[in-house]
Amino acid sequence: MPINVLMPALSPTMTEGTLAKWIKKEGDMVNPGDVIAEIETDKATMEVEAADEGKLGKLLIAEGAENIAVNTPIAVLLEEGESADDIDVSAAPITPSIDESQSEPDVAYTSSNSTATQAAGADIENRDILYAQGAVIEPPKFDEAVFMDETYECTVREALRDAMAEEMRRDDLVHVLGEEVAEYQGAYKVTQGLLDEFGAKRVIDTPITEHGFAGMAVGAAMNGLKPIVEFMTFNFAMQAIDHIINSAAKTLYMAGGQLGCPIVFRGPNGAASRVGAQHSQCYASWYAHVPGLKVVAPWNSADAKGLLKAAIRDPNPVLVLENEMIYGQTFEAPKDEDYIIPIGRAKVEKEGSDVTIVAFSIMVGKSLEAAENLAEQGIDAEVINLRTIRPLDRWTILESLKKTNRIVTVEEGWPFAGIGAEIAALCMEHGFDHMDAPVVRVHAADVPLPYASNLEALALPQIDEIVRAAKEVCYR
Amino acid sequence: MAQTEKAQKAQKTERKPELRAISNSKPNPSKDELIQFYRNMLLIRRFEEKAAQLYGMGLIGGFCHLYIGQEAVVTGITAVQDQDKDSVVTTYRDHAHMLACDMDPRMVMAELTGRIDGYSRGKGGSMHMFSKEKRFFGGHGIVGASASIGTGLGFAHKYKEDGGVAIVYNGDGGSNQGQVYECYNMASLWKLPILYVIENNKYAMGTSTTRHAAGELYKRGEGFGIPGEQVDGQDIFEVQRAAKQALDHVREGKGPYILEFMTYRYRGHSMSDPANYRTKEEVSSWKEERDPIDKVKRFMIEEKDMSEEKDIKPIDKEIKAIIKETEEFAKDSPLPDESELWTDVLIEVE
Repeated sequence: MPINVLMPALSPTMTEGTLAKWIKKEGDMVNPGDVIAEIETDKATMEVEAADEGKLGKLLIAEGAENIAVNTPIAVLLEEGESADDIDVSAAPITPSIDESQSEPDVAYTSSNSTATQAAGADIENRDILYAQGAVIEPPKFDEAVFMDETYECTVREALRDAMAEEMRRDDLVHVLGEEVAEYQGAYKVTQGLLDEFGAKRVIDTPITEHGFAGMAVGAAMNGLKPIVEFMTFNFAMQAIDHIINSAAKTLYMAGGQLGCPIVFRGPNGAASRVGAQHSQCYASWYAHVPGLKVVAPWNSADAKGLLKAAIRDPNPVLVLENEMIYGQTFEAPKDEDYIIPIGRAKVEKEGSDVTIVAFSIMVGKSLEAAENLAEQGIDAEVINLRTIRPLDRWTILESLKKTNRIVTVEEGWPFAGIGAEIAALCMEHGFDHMDAPVVRVHAADVPLPYASNLEALALPQIDEIVRAAKEVCYR
Repeated sequence: MAQTEKAQKAQKTERKPELRAISNSKPNPSKDELIQFYRNMLLIRRFEEKAAQLYGMGLIGGFCHLYIGQEAVVTGITAVQDQDKDSVVTTYRDHAHMLACDMDPRMVMAELTGRIDGYSRGKGGSMHMFSKEKRFFGGHGIVGASASIGTGLGFAHKYKEDGGVAIVYNGDGGSNQGQVYECYNMASLWKLPILYVIENNKYAMGTSTTRHAAGELYKRGEGFGIPGEQVDGQDIFEVQRAAKQALDHVREGKGPYILEFMTYRYRGHSMSDPANYRTKEEVSSWKEERDPIDKVKRFMIEEKDMSEEKDIKPIDKEIKAIIKETEEFAKDSPLPDESELWTDVLIEVE
């Protein structure tokens, strides 16, 4: 059968073009790769190469013809033993042999809104899929009380170290790398003692080279290891964010589920004390924006241990956003090595009936203090410790809203497109009928963090602001 | 310190900075080897030509970067790597690397057409394909990223002591990314089993090496104590020789090695690139005088008395049939089901 040579699309946007010049003539023999014509696309003049071998039996489009639609036959190629008589010119123009319904990708996109009525719809059991579709579902139940029978006192710093040590004892593939994690024992002493116990093979000092070692760890995770990457602070992880997002978060999807990336990126996040703008940023909303990542933010020692252990055992990339200011604070933490806090489940730290305060990381402590202050003023506040930022526990927030009808969000980050903004949107979308007041957000001032002590205090959320916000939504 | 001196000494003795002319090589491949070379390179070329055609018909979308002209590089290296142990990672010009890794051409093409039978179920496309089974780790769309990911592959080989080497491809353009040097540093410091391959096709995208790269790329590991060699990438015998020597070095635990292959892509950077930054004469001189497939074919006939009719034609025919089947498969495979939109974002935790 003679082969039709079609007007090719030579850019993602080209729909038609001009046949500028024939390089080969009727009767010429052509081989794959031979240039047969030049066409002008919407961007440039391009060469058209033959994809098959044969004799150019007939040129169907004259030189200089304009507005030739993509896929219009422009010539006929004869295979061995065929002659020009075999050409059925009336057959032209043809469309390529593809089912029209298949060539239109629109089906995949029209349904991408966030309703749960999608294809697999009600049959979907996968929690992550339901979550991605915007569903409000109760996260896995977690009976924390059973773990609190036997506890020990430790700082958040020690809890993080214990979490790593326990998981490293349990699984040889788990290792920790980062700047000063080994011989220096950690810039903030979180990895203290790990080198002694696990040796230099598994506790690895890296050069100051975040982009490189984060990408390297991602590759190692793809090739079967379970790295814990410590960033000295998350401010420096901006050098590595390409690998966190483009390589770690997206590869599973781009590989059709073949290639996972079981990796933990951890380190202090948010403001420390008087270290200025470049060392004092909260990245919660940055990473929480990205499908393919999980993001947790522990507050106390139990959180730190249970969430970091969960992160290490999780087969997905998990960001653990710690806080330098609470590393040295002491809390009770469970001794049980199976104390794994389910990622995606928030904790009601204090029950209350008048207003819900939603916070994470260091702001949980401040919110609890604010709640005490509010109690003295006759306001019974409920405090939710998010623990996980992504997937956000929409269910716990909304259940609380149903009870108190008022929400205050507290975060150390900037307000624009922040976690508070996300929670406000959640309340609009799913809790509108339960709200007796607009959401009020407590957050950092929308400026780079200043150095001067008075300005720094002004820029960061303080307890009295939380108190004020709670009173505002209670109209007090 | 002693190690560094040793490494530098090793580098001095093992680096062969001269670009060997084609005539200098005195290869003595077996007939079977030649048949494999010819077949595997032809498969790549015909596959890419078919991809170009399907792109022209609108069956392949977005970006599509073809490997035509560079076939000897990946084919020659793959011929000497350990197919059961080594891992491979590359950039977005990746179709050939997958075929060389013995991945199924039908599934590669089905990924290009964005269909459910593609390696990534239609969710990755031309630039993002993987095969865990074949230890092919992509297919990465960010220039330079393969260097870091590949360094991690090597790190894992060493950690697991599985005897594998990471073969890490980058282009001449990617060689200017900072992360490449961050990784050279760590790879050499920790003696990771990595072969860094620079496929220098002369034009990052449209900017020639003379305008984008100071100095020679194979020397860029020098400060880190990594030996490097520049090799004629159009001569598969040279590619094979250099790759074998480099891999031996790496497998002996001496740390990474850099090979820079001087090669050429006949097509533009991607399908929509008219390649106005180079002359027609330059393109045709590479095509006519240095074509890697022609070279092997000539060698078979002139040096080994093999017959066009008996030895070569049957391969041409076999490849033609494979490509035909590949095309049909990639056209007939359905689009992914709508439910695929939501899957594979995370691995479900029980």
